[in-house]
Amino acid sequence: MALLFDVLFNGLSIGAVLLIAALGLAIVFGLMGVINLAHGELMMLGAYTTFIVQNIFKALGSGWFETYIFFALPLAFLVAAGAGLILERGAIRFLYGRPLETLLATWGVSLILQQFVRSANWVLIIGIVLFCLLFFGAMWILRRRPDFDRIRNWVVTIMLPLSLGIAIAFCSFLAQTYKLAVTKPWFGAQNVDVTAPKWLRGGLPIGTFQLPYARLFIIGLTIVCIVGIYLFLQRSAWGLRIRAVTQNRSMSSCLGIPTAKVDAITFALGSGLAGVAGCAISLLGSVGPNTGQNYVVDTFMVVVVGGVGKLVGTIVAAIAIGTANYLIGSGTLALMLTPIKPLADFFTFFATSSMAKVMVFALIIAFLQVRPAGIFPQKGRTVDA
Amino acid sequence: MAKRYSRRKFILYGSAALGTSVFLKACSGSGPDTPQTTGNAPATPAATPAAATPTASPVAAASGGDTIKVGILHSLSGTMAISEKSVVDAEQLAIEEINAAGGVLGKRIEPIVEDGASDWPTFAEKARKLIDQDKVVTIFGCWTSASRKAVLPVFEEKKHMLWYPVQYEGQECSNNIFYTGAAPNQQIEPSVDWLLQNKGKEFFLIGSDYVFPRTANTIIKAQLEAKGGKTVGEDYLQLGNTEVTPIITKIKQALPNGGVIYNTLNGDSNVAFFKQMQGAGLTPDKYPTMSVSIAEEEVKAIGPEYLKGHYAAWNYFMTVDSPANKKFVDAFKAKYGADRVTNDPMEAAYIAVYLWKQAVEKAKTTDLEAVRKAALGQTLEAPGGLVTMENNHHIAKVVRIGEVKEDGQFNIVFATPKAVSPIPWNQFVAETKGLSCDWSDPAKGGKFKTTT
Repeated sequence: MALLFDVLFNGLSIGAVLLIAALGLAIVFGLMGVINLAHGELMMLGAYTTFIVQNIFKALGSGWFETYIFFALPLAFLVAAGAGLILERGAIRFLYGRPLETLLATWGVSLILQQFVRSANWVLIIGIVLFCLLFFGAMWILRRRPDFDRIRNWVVTIMLPLSLGIAIAFCSFLAQTYKLAVTKPWFGAQNVDVTAPKWLRGGLPIGTFQLPYARLFIIGLTIVCIVGIYLFLQRSAWGLRIRAVTQNRSMSSCLGIPTAKVDAITFALGSGLAGVAGCAISLLGSVGPNTGQNYVVDTFMVVVVGGVGKLVGTIVAAIAIGTANYLIGSGTLALMLTPIKPLADFFTFFATSSMAKVMVFALIIAFLQVRPAGIFPQKGRTVDA
Repeated sequence: MAKRYSRRKFILYGSAALGTSVFLKACSGSGPDTPQTTGNAPATPAATPAAATPTASPVAAASGGDTIKVGILHSLSGTMAISEKSVVDAEQLAIEEINAAGGVLGKRIEPIVEDGASDWPTFAEKARKLIDQDKVVTIFGCWTSASRKAVLPVFEEKKHMLWYPVQYEGQECSNNIFYTGAAPNQQIEPSVDWLLQNKGKEFFLIGSDYVFPRTANTIIKAQLEAKGGKTVGEDYLQLGNTEVTPIITKIKQALPNGGVIYNTLNGDSNVAFFKQMQGAGLTPDKYPTMSVSIAEEEVKAIGPEYLKGHYAAWNYFMTVDSPANKKFVDAFKAKYGADRVTNDPMEAAYIAVYLWKQAVEKAKTTDLEAVRKAALGQTLEAPGGLVTMENNHHIAKVVRIGEVKEDGQFNIVFATPKAVSPIPWNQFVAETKGLSCDWSDPAKGGKFKTTT
């Protein structure tokens, strides 16, 4: 009985981490079909937002510090959703229907974001803002001229190096005048320390077993997120539009649904969920520039196994993979099969973390051979499938 | 028409993005991590080599004459950047101090920084580039044993020189490498002895899945067997994996009443391990953990709340009380900011530069063979105490064990009374028992049987 409970809880807790990380991707990849390799980096942005909020609340005093997580969660959602919106408007919308280019572009974005948090400092931020102001400001002003289409190329060729030059010159001036005060990286290449509030550290003792509060919190948060997404997609006007565009883009467009806006909202929603996931994983693991990379493969795995386009598939797949990982990796399966000697020996061989992963991957490949479209394949007629 | 328009727009934004990234690079170049910014060299910001970008090419490489070029080869990106970045900082501090004091042989030292990107083949490639293209006279670099093993063939082929600043598993003694970190008998063995005397006989071994933890655990198992301890279990986590629930279950099953955990995890996994261990109720009073990869820098990143009461074994802690250490810590803080900390690999990297400088001055040339010979027997009053470069290319140094305090610093609970001589070939492991290493005598070389 204790063993069963142990397996259930630990499987669920690993599954919940996988699920919350995969939820955003289930929307972006599952519903929109965008292969977003920068998903992990959006999680990382969420985790860094948590770090900043934590530091602000630490300065406010210990009473405030205990509550920071509730402010960090929505803020992480907003920051990641904002970054996702910029990403969608700036790059991905030009690449719909071209999966290979999307893949390369989002991978590039993920590298840029990683390097960005490593080297972000005041000079860099001021420089980027200045460049954007100069370049896009000039474009905006000149756009009002009637002959804009004719001079457009000239404007770009002149304004781009000009605003770049001004920004770099200003940047190096700042760097040389104020030295370390402005050039010191905010976060640096090192991981940063995100400490959970006291009530999330430790665990709830039940007999010989202890349920970690952080895990319970993540399970709760995952449930809240799923319910939230369900209500949004099924009960709200925008949810209806998202579902319509997913099923048949050109028909929805004909019926007057603003598909571009729907795309942007869907992508921002998926990215925002990645931010929430980033906040959640900061309770368990490290927060650093590489945080996202550790999760991105797992999240794709969950969505593919669950069946692209189905949220319920993602949920089942995450919990199944989590439980399988735990059963094999902790040696519990070997323990349960002790009566059958050869099987027990076989699973004891796989009862280390690295080998468990090998085994889980092998099982997934075998499963996808039988059901290539995942646990819950998308049914019905789709036009642009 | 619509399609053409959007494509043109894409080109526009694409070039804007390209411009931004070029600009990002130029700006990050004027960050504090580059050698020239705070140095006395006149550098134009746009041409400053951006140490943080892998594609950075050193512009001053062509200027020979009155500078001596040395290579610095560490991961500035990827999973190991967390640890290796600060080692680069320490090496650049030492080079800057030497330059400020007049350089070596009357010439300025010019560091050329390359990024190994936490990818072992990249390390070998960059090492080759530093030797062939930049013609450096020595290289300071590497952290993980996997990266050292990857560059070793390059250094042996070119008969070049690497200074390796990190504690490692031993079982190696190359004529082309100087090891300024600890050999196992200067870190792992004393800490196991100390644990056996003070903390318990049952050990659970956990490590990252690569060469250092696996070899280290082989040594620990052999040592435990010889001294009456017991290994109740071991497990390995891939670098970067953060899901440790299965391992915690295993530890609970193997050590229901508490016991010692010997931790050789590296990088990000440590954070997940300690956070989740606390959540599962494995507290340091019942499950004291001895770590060999957690120093001040890592404590800061993990959070001292999670680590308080656990132990670490090193040769140097920031809390070492000596004038040399005070000078080192003050200089480091002055250059990189008051909230920065120093740790063992940083100290080892710092003294590596000084030992190399002393060897060059003794040899009066940067010729590789002459420097190699002159380096043997060099002594230095290092921040961690007096160190001596021995004939086996490792250095004798003091061993310390620290307990993590609330402020993230270590309380030194144990220190050897004098420097411990290094033994690269492990005497607890059957295959290497009785082997020794002596490069002062060409007849003996890196691996010979002692008569004992």
